[in-house]
Amino acid sequence: MARALINMPTTARRAEVIEIRTLISHPMETGYRRDSDGALQARDILRRFTCRYDGEIVFSAELHAAIAANPYISFHTVALASGVISFSWEGDNGFAQTESRTLAVT
Amino acid sequence: MTTLLQRRELLVAGIGLAVSWRAAATPAEMDAAILDFTGGAPVREGKIGFEVAPLVENGNTVPITLSVDSPMSASDHVQAIALFNSGNPQPQVALFRLGPRAGKAIVSMRMRLATSQKLTAVARLSDGSHWSRTVDVVVTLAACVEG
Repeated sequence: MARALINMPTTARRAEVIEIRTLISHPMETGYRRDSDGALQARDILRRFTCRYDGEIVFSAELHAAIAANPYISFHTVALASGVISFSWEGDNGFAQTESRTLAVT
Repeated sequence: MTTLLQRRELLVAGIGLAVSWRAAATPAEMDAAILDFTGGAPVREGKIGFEVAPLVENGNTVPITLSVDSPMSASDHVQAIALFNSGNPQPQVALFRLGPRAGKAIVSMRMRLATSQKLTAVARLSDGSHWSRTVDVVVTLAACVEG
């Protein structure tokens, strides 16, 4: 499991727009770099990030090799109701990881 | 004199080789990638806020914030924001899909820059219109494309 950091409020008022900041440890090897022997290093990047709010996709991203290592993504969502917000990363070599946080809406 | 000219030609040829070996995306490739995103729809300049340092010291991680002037309501919202570059090996950087539930059309991330180049962000709104913003960035330490 890669280390993932998710920074978001645990409580929010209804209809409030909250900021969510995510970071996951990943080398994002571009596939364009050469090792000391001059051989191209195989690409190993995250291709997709998805944020679901109670199962419904509220934000997603397609990532390419130009994204820096340990991808950081921040975005916003509207706090509609108390529930679970999940974050999924998918990438090369079968990489898949999902984290979730609960949000209490008052 | 002739030898000097030949030397110069060799030098120029060498630079050309070095540039092609880096296999950077060309501005034409960036335009093609943008066309692929817009599907040929007209793109107007404006509406997008593009925050990036104009002089980047370290191209390995460059913070970027993109924002779109939009109420993000059910009837008027940003559907997608795409970011393209002209000097990295690939023209595409990222494609963000949003909707009214995003609340605010503000997205931040960190990218690599292999060299000084142009970055173009294109936003698609729910009414089908496309808006763009291009910035020039100067990089003093490039991301290690060669390794």
